[in-house]
Amino acid sequence: MSAPLTASAATAAIAPGAMPATGFWRRALRHRSFVLGAVLSLSVLGAALLSLVWTPWSATDIDIASKLRPPSAAHWLGTDVLGRDIVSLLLVGARSTILVGVIAVGIGLSFGVCLGLVAAARKGWTEELIMRMSDFTFAFPAVLSAIMLAAVAGPGMVTSITAIGIFQIPTFVRVTRGSANAIWAREFVLAARAAGKGSFRITIEHVLPNILSILIVQATIQFALAILAEAALSYLGLGTQPPQPSWGRMLNDAQTLLFQSPMLAVYPGAAIAIAVLGLNLLGDGLRDLLDPRLARER
Amino acid sequence: MSVFFLRRVLTLVATLFAASLIIFLVLDALPGNAAQMLMGADASPDAVRALTVKLGLDQPLTVRYLLWIEGMAVGDLGNSYVYGTPVAGLIAERLVLTIPLAIMSMLITVVLALAAGIYTAANHNKLGDVGVMSLTQVGIALPNFWFAILLILLFSVKLQLLSAGGFAGWDDGIWPGIRSLLLPAISLAVVQAAILARVTRSAVLEVLREDFVRTARAKGLGKREVLWRHVLRNAMIPVMTVMGLQFANLLAGTIVIENVFYLPGLGRLIFQSIANRDLIVVRNCVMLLAAMVVTVNFVVDMLYAFIDPRIKVSNL
Repeated sequence: MSAPLTASAATAAIAPGAMPATGFWRRALRHRSFVLGAVLSLSVLGAALLSLVWTPWSATDIDIASKLRPPSAAHWLGTDVLGRDIVSLLLVGARSTILVGVIAVGIGLSFGVCLGLVAAARKGWTEELIMRMSDFTFAFPAVLSAIMLAAVAGPGMVTSITAIGIFQIPTFVRVTRGSANAIWAREFVLAARAAGKGSFRITIEHVLPNILSILIVQATIQFALAILAEAALSYLGLGTQPPQPSWGRMLNDAQTLLFQSPMLAVYPGAAIAIAVLGLNLLGDGLRDLLDPRLARER
Repeated sequence: MSVFFLRRVLTLVATLFAASLIIFLVLDALPGNAAQMLMGADASPDAVRALTVKLGLDQPLTVRYLLWIEGMAVGDLGNSYVYGTPVAGLIAERLVLTIPLAIMSMLITVVLALAAGIYTAANHNKLGDVGVMSLTQVGIALPNFWFAILLILLFSVKLQLLSAGGFAGWDDGIWPGIRSLLLPAISLAVVQAAILARVTRSAVLEVLREDFVRTARAKGLGKREVLWRHVLRNAMIPVMTVMGLQFANLLAGTIVIENVFYLPGLGRLIFQSIANRDLIVVRNCVMLLAAMVVTVNFVVDMLYAFIDPRIKVSNL
């Protein structure tokens, strides 16, 4: 391996690892789990976007007269116990799911990546402290922190976003620090040091761009976990509150009607599973595509 | 061994202290006055003050924190704000359900995951491997409480084999109790097993590529013997790490699953206490759950050293 000795050569050496443009898409379209994952994820995103401009019926209007209707031409998947159209509820529910997921992962990503980068750059007791703190955060699963927050601040979307976001931080800290440490050991970082760059500049210019693909993959997988956590929290009544539709809440409502309308308990769960499966497949696919070395090892 | 052990014990104790401090700060310092919350916004100030004194909430935060720690050391967790009965008793009643549930689902998880993981690794890239791995991919995507509802639909609504919820207790022998925990345990286990199976598979595959496996084969050991005698022991480290992490998920999962099956366990107790504003019960339940997670991870760390003596040396 020839070590690039100047900082500019080092920057050039990063380029192929970052985002190979045309080759990437050609390989991506041939990657089965990436394509399937992308299709599933985009359909959930599409449902959420569609619900912003159009739903077959209103997702909040109550119409007791037409409650628990079976699927028909008017209501494709029937209606719930309050007479609301299931398709419309599912579409709007996608919106809450994505909203909570994006913000929670955003919290985890921004705090986690910053802490992880600092841990890798500073080493010593700073690293030790950050890592012990993130180990410690693992002791509080999202449900547990959501319970604590709900006990003092009341349940709601903010409670669930905060709880899920906090739980996401340590994972990002670990992943960031682990992969950043590997970059710090490379020759081009040494070269950048020799060229007089400080730790902050090296972190921003060399470390971060090189671990970006790993972070993208991790964020995709964490998004899936956030969706599962959001669903569980709104199922428990700690997350998204009615009348705002959410898939978890729909399952809770459906559970009391298992004997009358069993299918009501099937649709929202299937929606959650599709979203999570899609993101997981997308994450796996991205991992293979962005880091061919990992793909060979698996 | 002793230095390694001592370091881990110190970390464990420090972690437990930190956890107790955070739980106390969130639940007791932030919300203002628990007595006000219990009595509602329109209670008379005198009544609120009287209740504050009665519950001991008029003492400074540090005193209350130290009293709580002292109480935990001797097993006295104070009395429930709502029921007036000892919190330790309330929790003990519920653990009779939650602990067997957690153990049952962990057992099912391990059996399913090891079976699937070893089978797929031994049949790497064959049809069975691809099939089981696709199943685990779907399994990971299932929310456990939805899987629980589907199990209820199948076994209770359609087949009418098992009850849709409730707990038979242990008074009539062990079987009625286990029967009522069966569906909850399976629904918790299946999703976790899917993750663990994938970890097991890749860990076994990794070890299968090692030189000592080739040596063992070269000296005439059968494929099966190598797998059971040499590969599994070496593949256990990553599997156990994930198992330890999964235990945290499992406990969080019991909270959700107990609510699906209307099981009177710790999870339900927490929810009733939130609804009742019984913060002292919430505080102790959350502490217990966090302590269980931390302790299990500690035990896993200890087991590593037992399975792989090299770890002790590198940690000294």
